[in-house]
Amino acid sequence: MLSAHGLACDRGDRRLFSAVDLSVSPGEWLQVEGANGAGKTSLLRMLAGLSPAADGHIEWEGQPIGEARDDYHARLLYLGHAPAIKEDLSALENLQTAAAVAGRPLDEATAIAALRRIGLKGREDLPARVLSQGQKRRVALARLLCSQARLWILDEPFVALDVAAVTQLCGILDEHLARGGMLIFTSHQAVQLAGSGTTLKLSAATPPRAGAEAREVAA
Amino acid sequence: MSQRLINWFKFASPASFYPLAGKMWPWFAALGTALAAAGLWISFFVAPTDFQQGEGYRIIFIHVPASWMSMFIYCVMAFWAAIGITFNTRLSGMMSSALAPTGALFAFLSLWTGALWGKPMWGAWWVWDARLTSELILFFLYIGYIALTAAIDDPRRADKAGAIVALVGVVNVPIIYFSVKWWNTLHQGASVSMTKAPTMATTMLWGMLIMALAFWMYSIAIALYRVRAIILERERHATWVAELPEMQR
Amino acid sequence: MNAFIAIVRRDLLLAARRKSEVFTALFFFMIVVSLFPLGIGPETAMLRRIAPGVLWVAALLAAMLSLNRLFAADHQDGTLEQMSLSPTPLAVLVSGKVLAHWLTAGLPLVLLAPVIGLQFDLSARALGVLMISLLLGTPVLSLVGAIGAALTLGVRGGGVLLSLLVLPLYIPALIFGAGAVEADVAGLGAGGHLSLLGALLALGVFFAPWAATAALRIALE
Repeated sequence: MLSAHGLACDRGDRRLFSAVDLSVSPGEWLQVEGANGAGKTSLLRMLAGLSPAADGHIEWEGQPIGEARDDYHARLLYLGHAPAIKEDLSALENLQTAAAVAGRPLDEATAIAALRRIGLKGREDLPARVLSQGQKRRVALARLLCSQARLWILDEPFVALDVAAVTQLCGILDEHLARGGMLIFTSHQAVQLAGSGTTLKLSAATPPRAGAEAREVAA
Repeated sequence: MSQRLINWFKFASPASFYPLAGKMWPWFAALGTALAAAGLWISFFVAPTDFQQGEGYRIIFIHVPASWMSMFIYCVMAFWAAIGITFNTRLSGMMSSALAPTGALFAFLSLWTGALWGKPMWGAWWVWDARLTSELILFFLYIGYIALTAAIDDPRRADKAGAIVALVGVVNVPIIYFSVKWWNTLHQGASVSMTKAPTMATTMLWGMLIMALAFWMYSIAIALYRVRAIILERERHATWVAELPEMQR
Repeated sequence: MNAFIAIVRRDLLLAARRKSEVFTALFFFMIVVSLFPLGIGPETAMLRRIAPGVLWVAALLAAMLSLNRLFAADHQDGTLEQMSLSPTPLAVLVSGKVLAHWLTAGLPLVLLAPVIGLQFDLSARALGVLMISLLLGTPVLSLVGAIGAALTLGVRGGGVLLSLLVLPLYIPALIFGAGAVEADVAGLGAGGHLSLLGALLALGVFFAPWAATAALRIALE
């Protein structure tokens, strides 16, 4: 279970949000909503342990994620804004390398099966350069199919996907939740997911003007 | 023990260090001025004329203390960098960046006076002497630090990146010095060494030490003054800055 | 360990698909070296004297050319984030990247140097020492360069800044590397220089990945 208390995020002199509490238990999802620039990506990066929180603390299975870093990262799959796809590598090579770096090497057959299931049949050996935006997203999402991670943190997973792919991704997420997995994601669209979940609305903690009084309200 | 630790960390906060630095810097500045006056008096009027090098040697009263300070300040920067990385204190990064221009200034002063001294002594503005060459490289290291911290917009990030540069640099300074010395002996460069003036009179040594102390006081005073400016700039939105008496006017 | 191999393999694969970048650095090396006889004159005795220094300085500049890209692409496409989330320590993965950088930017210089050294009328023995000195020295360039590349990641004017940060730190490698060849030519024996170069390499292998990792974490925040 992942829980966070009193999270705050600063950008420059401005406090984006503060006093954010959240918790996700096995089989639950959490959708983070908010206007552009509300700090959705910043929140996800904090939860993934990529950037430090300006305030508050994050715990994985009751331990601060800074202390249980390796254990936490072994159970975490984070897909960020940038899909981490190398243009010069084929879809298959991209998937295999990403899996090996994440500590779970894939054999070729499994990787090909995953790419086919995500709808890239016949394109496994094409360099990612020639794939469309949506197809590149699919290569990144193929990692979900091979993942054993308990917690998925996905930044805008539905972006650039067509209707069929959105339905398919929802199916994959449902399976993950049914297995007792946890899911945190951001999306601008309403998504129907099985299992129980909550929506977290991020709103600016302060008026967008920087200033001494603004700081005080946030604190 | 724990009481003392708490006290130290109290001053690690910019809000409490700002007034403290404000009280301290005039004292160091005054002391520096007095010592510099005494040192210059000794070096110009008391120290005897060197029978080999004539009056020109008197520049070592600036040159040698400046070289010492340039090396010492780099070590202090690295010290603050290490503190900043270990304890994640904001003030350490500010101290490092407050010290860097002073260190670069002394390195430059040392090179400049070295050239002025070298012309009458060796007949050349520049010789590839081991000390001069190391000093030049040290100057480059300072410039690298200043350029990197200036290029990063976010001051916290700039402090951390600067801390790594300072630490990597301080590990490398002895290696560079040793390698340059090795290179110098292989190529049999200048055999005259600046600090080993043939007969170092006691008064000369005193003059140099007093000048070194004066430079110390100057460095501390200017670093405190500069760190106050940095604190104000970075904390301009904090409430405590708005409540300062100098802000009320 | 798997992740380390995967990173090395991936970077080599990427270099193999973009061969032109590797060759550009190699030709840069050749051109810079060829400029010196044109600027100084073709007198053999003089060329023989300046050869070690010229070859080393050119190798240093050529190795620096490719440093800019060491982490920049990974930073931009999100790969660096994934690397820092790997259960394998980031320093290990960074070492993998440095190794791949050396294999694609350093090793070709080592192999090319003796051919170019012939232009400077170096003896076979001196060429051998030159190769050994480059073999020990170019990994140091990659290791120290990685720190600079990580520090200047995403910084305005990163390329020039990188040279400003890294070149002073390259000086010991330059002195011992070029010195080894000179000492050998002078009949003094290159052993001392080469052992010191080896010591630099050992130091670099232990400390550079750690420092580069710390710098990368700052860039990732």
